[in-house]
Amino acid sequence: MTQVSQHKDPLLRIVKRDAISRPKAYTIRLLAVLLSLVVSGAFIFAVTHLDPIRVYEAIFDGAFGTSRRSWVTIRDAMILLCIGVGLAPAFKMKFWNIGAEGQILIGGVITAGIMRAYGSALPTPALLVVMAAVSLLCGCLWGVIPAVFKAYWNTNETLFTLMMNYVAIQLTSYCVALWENPVGSNTVGVINQMTGYGWFPALFGQNYGLNVVLVLALTAGMYIYLKHSKQGYEISVVGDSQNTARYAGINVKKVTIRTMAISGAICGLAGFIEVAGVSHTISTDTAGGRGFTAIIVAWLAHFNTLVMILISFLLVFLQKGAVQIASQFNLNDYASNIITGIILFFILGSEFFINYRVILRGRKEADGK
Amino acid sequence: MEQTFAIQMKDITKRFGKVVANDHVSLDIKRGEILSLLGENGSGKTTLMNMLAGIYFPDEGQILVNGVPVTIASPKDAFDCGIGMVHQHFKLVDVFTAAENIILGLDSRQKLDLKAVAAKIEDICGRYGFVIDPYKKVYNMSVSEKQTVEIVKVLYRGADILILDEPTAVLTPQETDRLFAVMRNMKADGKAMVIITHKLHEVMDVSDRVAVLRKGQYIGDVATADTDPQKLTDMMVGHAVTLNIERPLVETRNLRLEVEDLTVLTPDGIKALDSVSFQAFGGEILGIAGISGSGQKELLEAIAGLQPTQPGSHVIYHPPAPDEPIAGQHVPVDRGGEELLGKTPRQIHDIGVSMAFVPEDRLGMGLVGTMGMADNMMLKTYRSGKGPLLDRKPPRQLAEKVKQELDVLTPSINTPVRRLSGGNVQKVLVGREIAQEPSVLMTAYAVRGLDINTSYTIYNLLTAEKLKGVAVIYAGEDLDVLLELCDRILVLCGGQVSGILDARTATKEEVGLLMTKFKKEGAQA
Amino acid sequence: MSDLVVRLLQSSVCFGTVIMYGAIGEILTERAGNLNLGVPGIMYLGGISGLAASFFYESSTADPNGLVCLVISLLAAFLASALGGLLYSFLTITLRANQNVTGLTLTIFGGGIANFFGGSLTSLAGGVGQISVAATSAVYRTTIPGLSGLGIVGKLFFNYGFMVYLAIVLAIVMHWFLNRTRRGLDLRAVGEDPATADAAGINVARNKYLATCIGAGISGLGGLYYTMDYIKGTWANDGTIESLGWLAVALVIFATWRSINAIWGSYLFGFLFWVYLIIPGLARKDIELFKMLPYLVTIAVLVITSLRKKREDQPPASLGLAYFREER
Repeated sequence: MTQVSQHKDPLLRIVKRDAISRPKAYTIRLLAVLLSLVVSGAFIFAVTHLDPIRVYEAIFDGAFGTSRRSWVTIRDAMILLCIGVGLAPAFKMKFWNIGAEGQILIGGVITAGIMRAYGSALPTPALLVVMAAVSLLCGCLWGVIPAVFKAYWNTNETLFTLMMNYVAIQLTSYCVALWENPVGSNTVGVINQMTGYGWFPALFGQNYGLNVVLVLALTAGMYIYLKHSKQGYEISVVGDSQNTARYAGINVKKVTIRTMAISGAICGLAGFIEVAGVSHTISTDTAGGRGFTAIIVAWLAHFNTLVMILISFLLVFLQKGAVQIASQFNLNDYASNIITGIILFFILGSEFFINYRVILRGRKEADGK
Repeated sequence: MEQTFAIQMKDITKRFGKVVANDHVSLDIKRGEILSLLGENGSGKTTLMNMLAGIYFPDEGQILVNGVPVTIASPKDAFDCGIGMVHQHFKLVDVFTAAENIILGLDSRQKLDLKAVAAKIEDICGRYGFVIDPYKKVYNMSVSEKQTVEIVKVLYRGADILILDEPTAVLTPQETDRLFAVMRNMKADGKAMVIITHKLHEVMDVSDRVAVLRKGQYIGDVATADTDPQKLTDMMVGHAVTLNIERPLVETRNLRLEVEDLTVLTPDGIKALDSVSFQAFGGEILGIAGISGSGQKELLEAIAGLQPTQPGSHVIYHPPAPDEPIAGQHVPVDRGGEELLGKTPRQIHDIGVSMAFVPEDRLGMGLVGTMGMADNMMLKTYRSGKGPLLDRKPPRQLAEKVKQELDVLTPSINTPVRRLSGGNVQKVLVGREIAQEPSVLMTAYAVRGLDINTSYTIYNLLTAEKLKGVAVIYAGEDLDVLLELCDRILVLCGGQVSGILDARTATKEEVGLLMTKFKKEGAQA
Repeated sequence: MSDLVVRLLQSSVCFGTVIMYGAIGEILTERAGNLNLGVPGIMYLGGISGLAASFFYESSTADPNGLVCLVISLLAAFLASALGGLLYSFLTITLRANQNVTGLTLTIFGGGIANFFGGSLTSLAGGVGQISVAATSAVYRTTIPGLSGLGIVGKLFFNYGFMVYLAIVLAIVMHWFLNRTRRGLDLRAVGEDPATADAAGINVARNKYLATCIGAGISGLGGLYYTMDYIKGTWANDGTIESLGWLAVALVIFATWRSINAIWGSYLFGFLFWVYLIIPGLARKDIELFKMLPYLVTIAVLVITSLRKKREDQPPASLGLAYFREER
């Protein structure tokens, strides 16, 4: 009869960790970032043959070399952070809103539209309030549509929100063609360039002062909302287990729709900040893939908006640095996407070592609990 | 030497953490016989058989197949030994047909010839008297059809030792008869068969020999012909154990809950509860006994507003009189009796009806695994207090209190509860529900997996609630506990009330027989 | 039939072919339960690798051999894309990282690699001007001799490079594999219910790895077809591949995870995208609205299938979820 071979333990065994101390977890993450920087450095060296140390000098120079560069870094980090803050409640609820790209664009388009049409009709502060409110509403609408279908018919939200991005992109293309300036350029140009109507005013003598204030306020607000509000509590419960949520008497449909309304609205507001406070124009690149990058920001920060500040800065810092290197060596700035990718891959991979332990065959679970 | 033993298990021990699921169990399975493996819930029947099926690996002991020592480390090893097990939870791909499910994972180099497969399936079905449509999709099948597919799947892989884990739990009496007929055919074909069950009449009906497990230990085996249900019950439950649980009698018992004709359907349209009627009184503990899956879960959930009920069902709640100590802290309702059905879980909870259900996976419902004790304490009360922000002070205090009083082992009240051990999770859950100061407190399996001391803590807590005038409903598995803790015991069988006994006078055997009452009658009908 | 309509139909087929590759590969991946949102990145990788390989070959020899051009670019595109799939598989299957986040990262990374090298390849290689691989592109754009001259029929059916036909063949082979072979059955079981597959003795991780890597390789061919045939062996940093990649993901839904449906679905998407060609008097802005159609149609399909709840049209049941055997 069948004689089954001797039972053997597998070579590697993966065991879920019970708990890991916070310092240890952050050490692992830090190691991952360092490792990714080494790999990125190697990549840049391979392409440019630049001394690796000088690579990092150049990166730093690109991000903070001048006061202007510093502010551009801060400005871009703020936009990325704002989107991440918008995504946090949705992802905390385990609702895969990968439609931030579209929600930003819709908010941006409507802002640009109002800026063009009513720039001279309303004083700038009033205009800003109107634009902010309408962009909130539009982003909210863009987020609520997939949420309603998810809540009532369990329509796959990942794919739905993804498609909504492209509907928004085409709408933007339509508006760009509609508002073309000058004719034939296929761009909108800088809106109200002469007058500055509807632009963010300088705050504390800084062009991007208002951006920083707005986004940091949102970040703090979202932190409180998620951690200390009743609605934030409901989001956590729904995200953990819908059964438990029902047991606790939480209306899961209502929470789903409400949370996506908030998520979409903040992403729409990010579009407003980008158009009124940064670029003063609109194009299909206004979101520029940041709706996707922000997902990763939110995910890596475990939806803690304060940690997102750090991650946003890290990513934008490296991107700016990469752009600097690219321009020094007459390469294009897509190098920054490569570096972003490498860093994210490493951080994603490192989560495994935070959640699991790998045990080699023959070794007992010595460092068990 | 003539080989008659298909399987010999020698001195098998299996532990899960500190719990010994099987304690030096030795069991023989012979060819051409149907062996019943009998025991109460948690007696270790399924664990023992899972070691034959390659799901678990024994910590100690030896397994011989046809006299040869073997190592079974995976389901595939089990197949290679000719062992096939049909689990309680079917492992079938819903969108595949029966034939596709049956050949899953087999000879991937071969051509996919579903016609040939269907022919072989028909052949197996013809031999043993199954009926199965090879081209039918699993999601279109009834539970009994799915079970048939599982059995054919095992036979198709050439198994000649079959293990069926509580196969009748999901079947109607007619379907059960058909299954037993098929089993007898397979026996005649020389196959060895094990049926895991805790239903005595089925044991008497189908098996040749009975082996009994109790609390992880092997009690013995007898030929079915030499025994009767009474003797088997004694073997299965053992002698009544005195637990010395304090049971004071409350003199004034007011009607609190009236359940009338409560009927609940499962998603498959089968009656999980069939016209259940009973009354529960403040100042008493009403025990609910029954083999697992007899409708306990549905009953409690229906009262808590979590299960849709059929028309004609009623659950009437009578609030405590204004002078009772437990009155006054809940949403006021009609003193003449308030219908609970149709209310949301939140409304029912606010009225004062509380449920602490410990599901099998413990965290599936009732607790949020990623949150700490403190945050879990406010799962039902987080809305209290004005303003949009949470008031974390009361839940934190409550968490500290529960942690101390129930001796919850946790590094901190903020450690995610999914990191706690099962017993501690239960304490958190029960502690929270009692803290709601309910007027009706329902618990299910509140002491499942707990050690003796903690169990007593919980019994005492429930009794204290009773003395306050709360109507306590306690669904439990251990008959000894039910008999000593409760004032009355309601026995559920197949979704129906098979009897309500005075716990002070009832015997274990009475309860045991009521637990299996209807299936027996149904099978004879 | 007017020239305009012929042009529309031809454009539909070419456009459709790009996303058909992407979709066929993704169907294989998703059937094994992996939702790889890195398709755009993978198509980028395929496009740039094929282009770079033939670029280096063409610039190393004075007289490039057509067959060598073909083999080198095909192999490079497939392998580079499969490597992208391997990276995704390692992170999601072995390291159990979240599938969506990993896929999105792969899209960022692949786009970065492709646009970086696409824009810099010539200057890196010490040359000037746009990258161009005329000889290889010519091979890809060779139409069927004789048949392509047969008037309208020839123009509509035989006037394409070989990759248009290869895509159809691949779609059919994929359908046959998934539905008519035991390996295909096992693979689908992994995507539907990995625990059941595991219990039946199927190696879940191996199936997922293979499906994802081979699927990525096939998706990458879409990028290759785009660079070699669609834009005639050049490179443009305009993000088109990314939008086509997302359209490929949409097509998977539209085709309800069946590669046979991807054939007509992809041409329909192409038709919807280019249909403005035959509508007279459209301003450029209106054209942009027309290009929205494929996405709107996909949303409609997504909503309708979720409303109808027909079991066969649903995504694989374990799509997007990591699997690991529960340990006690």
